[in-house]
Amino acid sequence: MVDIRFPIGIMFSVLGVLITLFGFITISDSEMYLKSFGINVNIIMGIVMLIFGLTMLLMAFRKQKKKSLLL
Amino acid sequence: MLEKVELSWIDYLIMMIYFVFVLGVGWFLRKYMKNANAFLEAGRSMPAWVAGLAFISTNLGALEVMGMTGSGLKYGMLTTHFYWIGAIPAMIFLALFMMPFYYGSKARSVPEYLKLRYDEKTRGLNAILFAVMTILASGISMYALAILMEKVLGWDFNLSLWISAGIVLVYTYLGGLSSAIYNEVLQFFIIVIGLLPLVFLSLKDVGGWLGLKETLAPITTANGYAADTWTTTWKYTAEATSNPLGVEWFGILFGLGFVLSFGYWCTNFLIVQRAFAAESITASRKVPLIGAIPKMFIPFLIIVPGIIALVLLNDPSKGFSLPIDEGGKPIYDYTIIMLLKQYLPTGVLGLGITALLASFMSGMAGNVSAFNTVWTYDIYQSYIRKRTDNEDADGRHYLNVGRVATIACVLVSIGAAYIASKFGNIMDFLQTIFSLINAPLFAVIFLGMFWKRTTGHAAFTGLLGGFLLALLHHGLTAPVGATTLFKGGWIGVIHTYPVEMAQNFWTAIVAFTVSTSITVALTLLTKQKKSEKDLYGLVYSLTPRTVEDDVAWYNRPVGLAVVVGVICVILSIIFW
Repeated sequence: MVDIRFPIGIMFSVLGVLITLFGFITISDSEMYLKSFGINVNIIMGIVMLIFGLTMLLMAFRKQKKKSLLL
Repeated sequence: MLEKVELSWIDYLIMMIYFVFVLGVGWFLRKYMKNANAFLEAGRSMPAWVAGLAFISTNLGALEVMGMTGSGLKYGMLTTHFYWIGAIPAMIFLALFMMPFYYGSKARSVPEYLKLRYDEKTRGLNAILFAVMTILASGISMYALAILMEKVLGWDFNLSLWISAGIVLVYTYLGGLSSAIYNEVLQFFIIVIGLLPLVFLSLKDVGGWLGLKETLAPITTANGYAADTWTTTWKYTAEATSNPLGVEWFGILFGLGFVLSFGYWCTNFLIVQRAFAAESITASRKVPLIGAIPKMFIPFLIIVPGIIALVLLNDPSKGFSLPIDEGGKPIYDYTIIMLLKQYLPTGVLGLGITALLASFMSGMAGNVSAFNTVWTYDIYQSYIRKRTDNEDADGRHYLNVGRVATIACVLVSIGAAYIASKFGNIMDFLQTIFSLINAPLFAVIFLGMFWKRTTGHAAFTGLLGGFLLALLHHGLTAPVGATTLFKGGWIGVIHTYPVEMAQNFWTAIVAFTVSTSITVALTLLTKQKKSEKDLYGLVYSLTPRTVEDDVAWYNRPVGLAVVVGVICVILSIIFW
């Protein structure tokens, strides 16, 4: 069966890029970030998600490589 | 009137991307669904970590997230008793002592284990009660989600009900248990990452954990409790009246930590099914332990923000309030979404709402996949159409039965959600009643696994007797200030509990004690019809131990159990 880390990795990478970009678009919108005490949470969470997504993908690829070497 | 949360295009886009991936997982798995075994048992092929995260994700349903954040507000860190003492010991016990018999017996469900260990009538009783309870639970959580979305986001009630149920239906129909489990892992990560910014921002707002303790002190003393009641767990449990939970240490330890928690974690097929799907017996024993690790830390994700909400409610300058119900009382279950609204700007707000939707879906998919398995194997295959000699044809036939059951389960749940919207009290009442079966079930399974003498007649009577006595207890007692008979006392009140929680604990204790006594007494009076050969693999004393000398200590269930236990003790001491 498919390695679950592929869909998780792709989804979090896509969402991470999207949310980071949105964070940069709204970087000068200080009113929007009043709620979060001026912290641009979108950029931070976007990057966190991107790193998480890429790590998942990396782990899935390494597992796949190991498997194909065995065959 | 409550001010609605404004969502922007980016928030909806995040939700849409999540929906696409959840449905996509179902779509990719559909080609593996060739027979009932693949569809209902995931072909017993899941790696331990996948099934382990799914195990905890199913438990992390919408009602859990909403309810526990609200409990954080009402009871503070005392709520962690539901996570540490009220879950971890039971999960360790399930992993070390019960999974070898559940998994090793080749039973495909908990009711089927009862059939193998005892007899047909015990299985039938459990299967039917479980099926009804599952549908009720899924209907109630669906209603809770749709009404939340309507009140807070302004979404149409019918639309959110049908869309959320429809998505779960599509992916469980396409990929069965595998799809439910895979998506639960994905949902687990979405829930954690989606709620993470809330934890950090709310803690920053109150000046961290120490700042929170300081600001809470005047609030709790004004309510007649000690200054640190909301930030400690065991400290004020010597007397029931000195903590907001209204239960003393014995009730917590025995009622919650033993009867309720073992009843839930060790016998509820909704949860245990994830461990049944593991790829090997060792993997299946690791499933609850891997799930226990995130379980211990979930309080920081959902209970701590709930406690912070209490500070916000007492500080008018924060502009935070909870919606009010018809009776003028705040709706504590809405704490989580009001916190999301308070702290998260557009973008991560969409992610937070997606986390709530994901928690709803993981809980609901758990109900659906457990229901269709019990329906197909324990009701349909036992009473409607028995197995034939042709295994291939059977596999396809029962696959179709499982698929139809999936559709039927979702449709009936939607019906239950509408009934809940009209007669919410009756549905809550029914759910309380049906959950009374867990404690007697644990008594019966426990005695069956560890005492080879226990007989079928005794187990059946114990199960039924424990259930009926618990019902009687619920009918004769009520929490203080109960306004409806749905909360108890519908026969006549002979005892009043300070809070509803205490009543629940004691109902479970009564159910367990009665059930154990009846089963033991009748076992001694009846004759064991099963031979030792029949009971091989089902009973502790008649099954060879599994030896795992060939793997590193941290890969052995026992090694993992020690790690989990030590972390849990450390957490309990830090927050004593």
